[in-house]
Amino acid sequence: MTTTAPSLAAQATIPTRSPLSIILSVLAIAFLAAFAIIQIAPFILTVANSFKCDAAVENRPMAFIPRLETISCRDAEGRFILPDQQVDGLFFSPSLDGYRGILVNQLPRWAFNTLFLSVVVTVLRVIFNSMAGYALARLRFPGKRVIFFVVLGVLMIPGVVLLIPRFLLLKELGLLNTYHGYIITLASDAFGILLMKQFFESIPGEIEEAAMVDGASRVVIFWRIVLPMATPALTALTIFSFQGNWNNFMDALIILGGNTELYNLPLGLTVLRGSGQDVQYDLVLAGSVVTTLPMALIFFFFQRYFVEGISYTGLKG
Amino acid sequence: MANSAALDLSSADKPKRSWPKFLQGETLVGWSFLTPSVIILFVFLILPLLMAFYFSFTNWSGTRPLDQPDAYQFVGFDNYQRWIIDGRRTDDFYRAVRNTLYYVLGVVPVQTVIALVLAVIVNQRWLRYKGFFRTAFYFPSITSSIVVSFIFLFLFSAGGPINTLLQVLNPSYQPIAWTGNNDGLIHLLLGGLGITRDTAGEWAQARILGLRAWDWIAGPSVALSTIMALAVWTTTGTLMVIYLSALQGIPSSVYEAAEVDGATGWAQFRYITLPLLKPTTFFVITLGLIGTFQVFDQIYVLQNDTTARTTTSVAYLVYTTAFRGTSPNLAEASAIAVVLFVIIFIATLLQRRFVGGDQAEY
Repeated sequence: MTTTAPSLAAQATIPTRSPLSIILSVLAIAFLAAFAIIQIAPFILTVANSFKCDAAVENRPMAFIPRLETISCRDAEGRFILPDQQVDGLFFSPSLDGYRGILVNQLPRWAFNTLFLSVVVTVLRVIFNSMAGYALARLRFPGKRVIFFVVLGVLMIPGVVLLIPRFLLLKELGLLNTYHGYIITLASDAFGILLMKQFFESIPGEIEEAAMVDGASRVVIFWRIVLPMATPALTALTIFSFQGNWNNFMDALIILGGNTELYNLPLGLTVLRGSGQDVQYDLVLAGSVVTTLPMALIFFFFQRYFVEGISYTGLKG
Repeated sequence: MANSAALDLSSADKPKRSWPKFLQGETLVGWSFLTPSVIILFVFLILPLLMAFYFSFTNWSGTRPLDQPDAYQFVGFDNYQRWIIDGRRTDDFYRAVRNTLYYVLGVVPVQTVIALVLAVIVNQRWLRYKGFFRTAFYFPSITSSIVVSFIFLFLFSAGGPINTLLQVLNPSYQPIAWTGNNDGLIHLLLGGLGITRDTAGEWAQARILGLRAWDWIAGPSVALSTIMALAVWTTTGTLMVIYLSALQGIPSSVYEAAEVDGATGWAQFRYITLPLLKPTTFFVITLGLIGTFQVFDQIYVLQNDTTARTTTSVAYLVYTTAFRGTSPNLAEASAIAVVLFVIIFIATLLQRRFVGGDQAEY
């Protein structure tokens, strides 16, 4: 037995590990675990504190284990309760006052706006980007190269540079503070066009040629044959576009900033904060949870597509 | 063009007789497929860019209606002169430049290195629960920059988790106002060594581009550093996923061959992994540069009146110049935006030169 042990180890696919490499592995795992805690703990604390009264958030932030009974942030006489009445060590009695507070605010309206704008912009982008991407990838017509370089160049324009002139332009066009102003501005984007173009170029052209021989027109081929094959790219594009618009702050600030009725959630959160130094943490944290929850659910259900989508963009390098 | 090509083809082969008509159809279809996107890109991206250039040479403050004949005059380079050359706003501009440079130079290397290290570890054969780590690292980047900024505002608040944690670890720790502290990190470090603005010598008082030399080297303020930490925290996961997918694309036979040749783990990383990841690194740094140079949302949430001078980025300066303060001025804001455009452009070219993006497609 003892004599065969070394030869077995040598045959194993995993090479024998020196003490140094074991120490390195332990360090590596410790680094991973520490980083994972740093990435996740703030979210746990945010969710926990969104169920606390303002005073407790500011003075007893570490309690994260909820007790079963809920309490109100004001006592029978209408005075705010003290942090210690809500928190004991790492335990706290959840209160729904923060969530009631954001419901009284315009948050439901902002949530609707966010969903509506994200869905409409995403649908339009999927249609326009894939049409343009297909034209650039497959069709032959004069002017194509020029447009391709224009799209590439547009990719280089930093969004911040467009902040003011877009404001001016939409104001002149009478589109400032309207849903359609936001929608039209964002209905197509260079990144999406290039993503779709690249995908269409990666699928073999024989099927389309065969369909053409059968007399199908380019439009029919595009809708009936090419688009169904492009599901992976379309999924990635949908996720990017939806996420980007759900979280979009700067465009919403510039285009919709003048009318609180039209705000999306990120823009609305900055209103919930309250003015001046005194941040209303209970409202802000409850609003943050509500803003994040839909994206978190989408992420957990469609995680694979997020990762695949990221690798598409990585390929583009 | 199209006609002559069509003639050649129609005379060549019999089955391609329908070619001329088809080619015309293709032009029609091509352009109609492109039209919606082309209109949107021209009207809402290219036209605004040209407008930014145009108005940067005028004195239009934004209040007078544009249809009035005397709404604005051309003033040449006056706006650039006032903000960038030697006018009365240069200190504001260069302070924003300093803040942005510290932000970029602090965030981009740190997030790139951490992302690479994490990806290499997660890619190890012996590691289990890869999916969990990938999810945990990526999660912060799914939510809005505004939400993340509020989470950090809460984490770093006076009685917030960071101060509480530090107090638990070190009972003598006095809670500090992270998001309200203007002291630069290098300034604090030198102060700890007994060197201050007044004892450092003549040079510290010298004015360079609107700022004292000491202010240039003071480092990012504590307040700006929390925003930098936020950026690293949010972006690292995405960059890790990009690195990870590139790592998974490297065939294991490459490493097996190296092992036969006796290459150690470090040698493999240094001479195989890193060179093969060069295009990915180029992409990750480009993403980082473009993102950090434009930092805006986080500043909007985390800045307050006290920390304005050490946290205002160039992008945020564009916004405040256009819409806030006592005398908003759209023309001057456009000039700053144009300069930022040029800065980002040069930065991308420089890094193409040094990191070497020649393998990259675009």
